[in-house]
Amino acid sequence: MEIVKDFEVKGTRMVYRMPRELDDHVAAQLRANMDVLIDSYGIRELVMDFENTRFMDSSGVGVIIGRCRKLGFYDGRVYAVNCNERMKKLFAVSGLNEIVMEEV
Amino acid sequence: MGTIRENHLHIYFDAKSSNEALARMVAAAFVADMNPTLEQLEDVKTAVSEAVTNAIIHGYDDESKKVEMICERRESCLTVKVIDHGVGIRDVNQAMQPFFSTREAQERTGMGFAFMEAFMDEVHVASKPGAGTEVTMIKHIERCNGD
Repeated sequence: MEIVKDFEVKGTRMVYRMPRELDDHVAAQLRANMDVLIDSYGIRELVMDFENTRFMDSSGVGVIIGRCRKLGFYDGRVYAVNCNERMKKLFAVSGLNEIVMEEV
Repeated sequence: MGTIRENHLHIYFDAKSSNEALARMVAAAFVADMNPTLEQLEDVKTAVSEAVTNAIIHGYDDESKKVEMICERRESCLTVKVIDHGVGIRDVNQAMQPFFSTREAQERTGMGFAFMEAFMDEVHVASKPGAGTEVTMIKHIERCNGD
């Protein structure tokens, strides 16, 4: 895996750049990466940046719901930014738009 | 170009997760010839990814086993079959219920079949415990103004 900094932390807020293709193949690693960062920085506000994301399936939805649950446990929030039309459709079909705020 | 009305593709690949991207790209390339909208193309990719992921994570516990994908075009009708010869599904109706998952601990959402149904026109599942599972998905690739 190439080492690129895919996150930015300010206080308890983290912006995480989501991968180009978000499927079952990358889900486990992505989940582990985000959880280590959430735990070690004490993140309470997670902003998932989908600017580079061109593909997602229900495995990706699982990763997002899992992080919502995790942060919900700490009374935190999850936001989604830079969603293209496809991502908006996937959010609607999966009901994610009811639990993830779209930040502008 | 644009004169091919029938086409057929049959591939076998190892049941490993890196092949999920390969399978949906192959399906997308097959569909591209049918002059789809960008949305239709993305719908097919998502549905194929769901079916292939199911075959890989539920069908087998062994990466050396094979998953089959068959794509067929008849005029504007696309059929994609994803076949595994793995464990099979005991209760297909239950498996197709939204949010039903046997692997919630791995954050599986149980939305795979719901996604296939949302993005394709028809989804049929035939399965036999111990023999495997065959998912057939059909989508009409037509533009409102014809092609």
